[in-house]
Amino acid sequence: MSSKDEQGNLKETLESIRIEALEAIQEAEDPESIEEARVRFLGRNGLLSRALSGLKSLPAEERPEAGKTANRVKKTLETTLEMRVDELASLLEPEEEGGPDLTLPGRRQWRGGVHPVTVVIDEICEIFKELGFTRAAGPEVETDWHNFTALNIPLDHPAADMHDTFYLDEGLLLRTHTSPVQARVMMEHEPPVRILAPGMVFRRDPYDASHAPAFEQVEGLAVDEGIDFIEFRAAIDYFVHRFFGASARTRFRPSYFPFTEPSAEVDVSCFICEGSGCAACKRTGWIEIMGSGMVNPAVFEAVGYDPERYTGYAFGMGPARIAMLRYRIPDIRLLYEADVGFLEQFA
Amino acid sequence: MDISVNWLRALAPSIEGSADELADALSARAVPVDRAELVGQELHDVVVARVVEVGKHPNADRLSLCRVDAGGGDTLEVVCGAPNVVENAFYPFIPAGGTLPGGFKIERRKIRGQESNGMLCSEKELGLGRDAAGIMRLGDEHTPGESFVEAFGLPDARLEVDLTPNRIDLACHAGVARELAPGGVNDLVLPPVGGPDWSPHWQSGEESAAAGGVSVTIEDGDRCFRYLAAIVRGVTVGPSPEWLQARLRAAGSRPINNVVDSTNYVLLELNQPLHAFDLDRLAGPEIRVRAARNEAHTTLDGASHKLGPEVSVIADAERPVALAGVMGGADSEVSAETSDILIECAAFDPRHTRHTAGATGLATDASYRFERGIDESGMEGALRRCVELITATAGGVADAEAIRVGRGPVSAPPVRLRPSRVRAVLGLTLTGDQIAALLEPLGFEVTVIESGAETPAILEVTVPGWRNDVRTEADLLEEVARRYGYESFPQEARAMRPSAVPDSPAWQRADRVRRVLASAGMLEARSSTFVPESRTSGRPARLLKPLSEAESVLRTDMVPVLLGRVEHNWSRGHRDVRLYEIGTVFQSTSDAQDSRPGSDLPVIEELRVALVLTGLSRPPHWSGSEGDLDVADLKGSLEDVVADLGLGEILPGEPEDLGDGLPFGWGWWLGEESFCIFESERLIGVAGRVRDDALDAPVWAAPVYAAEFRLDSVQLEDLRSYTDLPTFPAVTRDLALLLDRSVPAASVAATIRDAGPDTLESLTLFDVYEGDKIGDGQRSLAWRLVFRASDRTLRDVDVEEGLNSITANLEERFNARIRSS
Repeated sequence: MSSKDEQGNLKETLESIRIEALEAIQEAEDPESIEEARVRFLGRNGLLSRALSGLKSLPAEERPEAGKTANRVKKTLETTLEMRVDELASLLEPEEEGGPDLTLPGRRQWRGGVHPVTVVIDEICEIFKELGFTRAAGPEVETDWHNFTALNIPLDHPAADMHDTFYLDEGLLLRTHTSPVQARVMMEHEPPVRILAPGMVFRRDPYDASHAPAFEQVEGLAVDEGIDFIEFRAAIDYFVHRFFGASARTRFRPSYFPFTEPSAEVDVSCFICEGSGCAACKRTGWIEIMGSGMVNPAVFEAVGYDPERYTGYAFGMGPARIAMLRYRIPDIRLLYEADVGFLEQFA
Repeated sequence: MDISVNWLRALAPSIEGSADELADALSARAVPVDRAELVGQELHDVVVARVVEVGKHPNADRLSLCRVDAGGGDTLEVVCGAPNVVENAFYPFIPAGGTLPGGFKIERRKIRGQESNGMLCSEKELGLGRDAAGIMRLGDEHTPGESFVEAFGLPDARLEVDLTPNRIDLACHAGVARELAPGGVNDLVLPPVGGPDWSPHWQSGEESAAAGGVSVTIEDGDRCFRYLAAIVRGVTVGPSPEWLQARLRAAGSRPINNVVDSTNYVLLELNQPLHAFDLDRLAGPEIRVRAARNEAHTTLDGASHKLGPEVSVIADAERPVALAGVMGGADSEVSAETSDILIECAAFDPRHTRHTAGATGLATDASYRFERGIDESGMEGALRRCVELITATAGGVADAEAIRVGRGPVSAPPVRLRPSRVRAVLGLTLTGDQIAALLEPLGFEVTVIESGAETPAILEVTVPGWRNDVRTEADLLEEVARRYGYESFPQEARAMRPSAVPDSPAWQRADRVRRVLASAGMLEARSSTFVPESRTSGRPARLLKPLSEAESVLRTDMVPVLLGRVEHNWSRGHRDVRLYEIGTVFQSTSDAQDSRPGSDLPVIEELRVALVLTGLSRPPHWSGSEGDLDVADLKGSLEDVVADLGLGEILPGEPEDLGDGLPFGWGWWLGEESFCIFESERLIGVAGRVRDDALDAPVWAAPVYAAEFRLDSVQLEDLRSYTDLPTFPAVTRDLALLLDRSVPAASVAATIRDAGPDTLESLTLFDVYEGDKIGDGQRSLAWRLVFRASDRTLRDVDVEEGLNSITANLEERFNARIRSS
């Protein structure tokens, strides 16, 4: 037998020991059979020792390589055996006092979130999206033409008193409502227009529990051929049922906005007391949620739409106020202070 | 505006229903009613009593001991605390055993040792008015023991109407009665007021007229359209009769004297403001309506004013005697000595009235109505009613001649209404008769001027004088809709087309930013647009009338506002703060050269995203492994955000060129550890550690890191595409380099990538070491390089070649040495 053959035989023997030993270790189900496997394969007189004794018969130059292989097999078997011992220990040993205390707090990440007013705005936009609306944006610094004149509000008229305005310069102001976005969108696009314009608006009111000089508004506008008061009511009813729940009821009352005619104030049955009367609804059972109406033809004329061809409706609501009602936030200043303790409640 | 339900019923007996029902009906059809309140309820125990004698209470200086005749035969001893009690006057009285409104029972009891057998009452105690200063003195024509309720036409109810600016016609009882009466105007009857009929002979003129020795001149017809004046001589000024006082109180107006009360009564009934002058105190006597000439004037309320030419006045021959359409003057006020009076009934221009009221800081019942426009066609009737009421309550005789200056009443032009528009805008198919039935009770007159197939094509609608808000077809559509009843509209489905306007990219970007930053553990703030000038950069836009100096300009940067929010959180003891905000910043470009194309406004806006981070990098945990955020946390967060939002690349250092768009105010808040974010050469953001001197930090605060970038740089397009998963194994090699400390890691990485083969799949820095084991000024950077080919298994020799090229380049460029491990 050539030394090559002998080396080949040794290699084969080692391989068969490896496979046999790994099987025996994996099949061992208790400490006794593990010990048995250890003695049998890795013991002083075990199979591996005996196979290694064959090394001596190899020529000197081949011994190192064969030795390496033998050592690798030995290491593999030792590691596997150790792991199996640990595995069996954890399987067999009963959970003892002093093991991990699973009631200890876990390791967490900081929680992020969106602002409660954003939650409300997004929900409003999502619902109107179902009615074919898209979102629009417009500047916060506006001309008095866009903010008042285009919306049929004469500058020297008591209706302008409804907005106590921050002026930056002659004819330049911070928008008092998101309605100027209506004018901008209509001047840029032809109908069908169905848009929502969420954004900040500004009034000269110092901060108190229910006023802020800057707050959010969501404006809505739908213009197309054939839109009538019946569709307007249906759209608002749809929104109210989706937003406030199927049992919510609406009430439309006459009101006045220069840019709508007829104008309507929309009340929703109080979602806090469900109509029985509470502080939120001032004991009336109703909460005012939006000003709305059919677009005044004067607005269409100002933006270059044909008022004989197109009709439409518009509405505006205050998501900050709705968020306060929904989450029972007692003071509007909490919305704008960015107190971490407040914001984390909505994360 | 307070409306008395009894008054409404006196004007239109057909009005039925409880106060709550009337309030609901008015809200549903016209204007909101804030509250319906019962007046003079539970007053059945109250009688009219005469105080026979007033004596001092022996044991109390502020109390008096009265003998009261309450009609029971004997007089009663009553202790009274009011300072205004006088002998032989009549007062409302509750005898012992009776109850006050609200159920408070009046007992016979001893007050400071003196027995009291009842209580003399104030307006407030009876729930009739707001006056609690003294007991309520009644007129002299009463019998002791009379039922107070019957004498005063009680109980009543009060509606608190929240008028909208367009419905000035509802600021009076006749207006509300027209809305609520089933037959509208046809049900309205003015109840007689008791004085002799007065049908004067009018002395008229365009600019001037005179009668009874008095002349009236309108110097400026733009300020005053019409001026009517009547003269009543020999009046006796005194308290008004009870019914008149009761009416005024129910409508929220305080009785003063019979002359003034009469003018107020007509105001509240018919909406015409009137004013009575003491004729003897008018120099001339004459009346001139003109612009003020920088004159001094004292109004009825005792306030002194300096009047400029924007103010319109009523003047006599010498000086202003009233602010036109706003308030009378103290000098010509009707007083107890007044005998002859001139009653003004005018139509002042809305705009000039607004200027007069604005310049003097006054807002009165009169100015409120003139600013919105009065019913010019009702002026003669209102003056007649006022004269009759004055002669009925204050006596005297009215001159048979009265003065009328100015143009005739202007009636609004008729408005056309097409039933086809009723269908198009409201969705209702109504006949001409149905439309007329809705409009005519409100005083409109409807005639068909063009007939059509089924319904008339065009109706012509004449608008009553009190409805000057109705000018267009759309206004009439509102009248039709509200009279039809918003709640009565049918529910029908409509087909509709989706919007042709694309969803705004700005809002889509904001959505993405919120998603990314919220999932990175940050909280959304919504803070203030207004900042002090010290926290701005560039050229901030300033408010003309800020609420305070700390809120006087519009923010030019987002980070400074959020830093203010960090300080607020510190003041509440929060050390860990992670905020972001999406908002608008502003820069002024009043300088024409600086105005940018595409913007027509002298203030430019930009939407920005800002974030601030301070405190622990993770929530505190008992294992204690977390530390405070450092610059690597900021950079890591930014790298994630930049990758998630497709923003570009982050480079250390301050920007040299600010590039397009509004500038970033990095100068004052950014310190040495700073970064710029670029998107192909364009600066789109800045970030870094906030300078300590930019913040007012408590000693326990951690360092603050911040970043700000332009929202429009957020990538909306989804640029992802799939790459085949690797099928061949990778080869990994570690490379530890010994370099000069000053060599930037990014340059080393770039060199490795440039010099490495295409098969270099990834490059990770896994260790940085400086210290004893290597020389001063040196550091070791250890990189893990992963090589992989997509089409074969790499051989060692392929990788070795690549590594050799890398190390050669590193040696050449940075004098790097391979560090043996």
